[in-house]
Amino acid sequence: NLLGERIPDNQQLKIRDFFSTVQCSTGGFCGNVGHLPHLATTYAAVSAIASLDLTEVYDVIDRPALASFLSTMHKPDGSFTMHHDGELDVRGAYCAAVVSTLTGIKTDEMFENTGRWVASCQTYEGGFGSRPGTEAHGGYTFCALATLILLNKTHLIDKDRLLDWAVHRQMVFEGGFQGRTNKLVDGCYSFWQGGLFPLLHHILSTDHSGLSSKTWLFSQVSLQDYILFCCQYPSGGLVDKPGKSRDYYHTCYCLSGLSISQHSFSDQVVRGDPNNLVEPTHPVFNIVLSKADRMAKYLVTGKVVEEVGSGG
Amino acid sequence: GINAEYGVSQYKLWEGELDFVEKLLQEDLRNNSAWNHRYFVVTNTTGWDKEVIERELEYTRAYINKAPNNESPWNYATGMIKGNGHSLVDFKSFVELCEDLYSRQIRSPFGLKVLAEIREEREDYAKAIDIYMVLKETPTVRDRYWDYKVQCIRELMSC
Repeated sequence: NLLGERIPDNQQLKIRDFFSTVQCSTGGFCGNVGHLPHLATTYAAVSAIASLDLTEVYDVIDRPALASFLSTMHKPDGSFTMHHDGELDVRGAYCAAVVSTLTGIKTDEMFENTGRWVASCQTYEGGFGSRPGTEAHGGYTFCALATLILLNKTHLIDKDRLLDWAVHRQMVFEGGFQGRTNKLVDGCYSFWQGGLFPLLHHILSTDHSGLSSKTWLFSQVSLQDYILFCCQYPSGGLVDKPGKSRDYYHTCYCLSGLSISQHSFSDQVVRGDPNNLVEPTHPVFNIVLSKADRMAKYLVTGKVVEEVGSGG
Repeated sequence: GINAEYGVSQYKLWEGELDFVEKLLQEDLRNNSAWNHRYFVVTNTTGWDKEVIERELEYTRAYINKAPNNESPWNYATGMIKGNGHSLVDFKSFVELCEDLYSRQIRSPFGLKVLAEIREEREDYAKAIDIYMVLKETPTVRDRYWDYKVQCIRELMSC
């Protein structure tokens, strides 16, 4: 989707068949046949399905069972475990918030106390850790902020100190982002950290008229230069940093970060060849804007609503 | 406060934790995880009353003086102050540290940022903007953010 490509019908149906085999009867998706359902694989499956366009693929999701799965992962303090008796961290809340929104099954009850628990992960540095007390980290900070936006609970956090922390995660020398203070640059943080800026723009713009709509509050040029010059593997795909091997994770998140850096609220910034421009990604879900609510609308109303151009 | 609720057995869990952090920081004062752990230990033992903050600021000041361009202790200092509902100007020794570094021409970007915030707290708005202009003298990836901070101050000035 980011590259403007469409997966052909027959491939989409094969993907649908695969997801059918790894969907758990009690709800959620597993890593493979016979595994336990897990929030991360459920997030990956639902995001992937939402990125396709055939309604036959959308129909594979067992929504009532999914709702039940999310409820069993939800703890009284508002947190979510990743799987039955599994690890508990802020990714769980993000995965649950995203899949419930994309499938149109989200309720307030499903997320009772979650906003408060997520907010309690904010550290003295301004970013968020995996659980209360742990070190502020890009991946978990993204999960936290996106979740709070989906739950409409951003008033619970210190936005100014979050912004300050995020700004300081961009490396002055490399131009890319680090995950934590005093750690190394990594291409994947192009999205986890870069993606914070459109989200912060959204929640700060009610308080401040000083926010430019033409640029985010980080150097979009420097980030793009890092991705394009340093993160491309010679035979295709993208990487953490020069010398590292390519993998799907870094390919996804470097390209997603590239999208964030190219698309300001009301402007485009493209380094190098104009063909470097990728599709705009939705900063909460990280699926392309044109797909962001297409599946939910279909699952709730039964109708496909085609967006002309990109969504808002 | 939090002291009274902890029996000796609870304290035993935390004994040696601060020493452990000190050991880590002596090996590498840029070990941000160690600074984070120290914050966690204090939170779960004495808590953050003003005396504890003063003590921790004293501890942090030594590390700032050792390496003013190390971000970790700056985040620790401002984090413990603001994270516990205080203003930077409430802690004279810390303000003096920032002003001293500035007057000695030591241009830590973190020290400058904090000095700008101190001046803004004092409502010395023009002087706060001066510091953001110093920060912008060397173009960096932070420039859009400094522009935003200046714009926010201008909003305050026009109130």
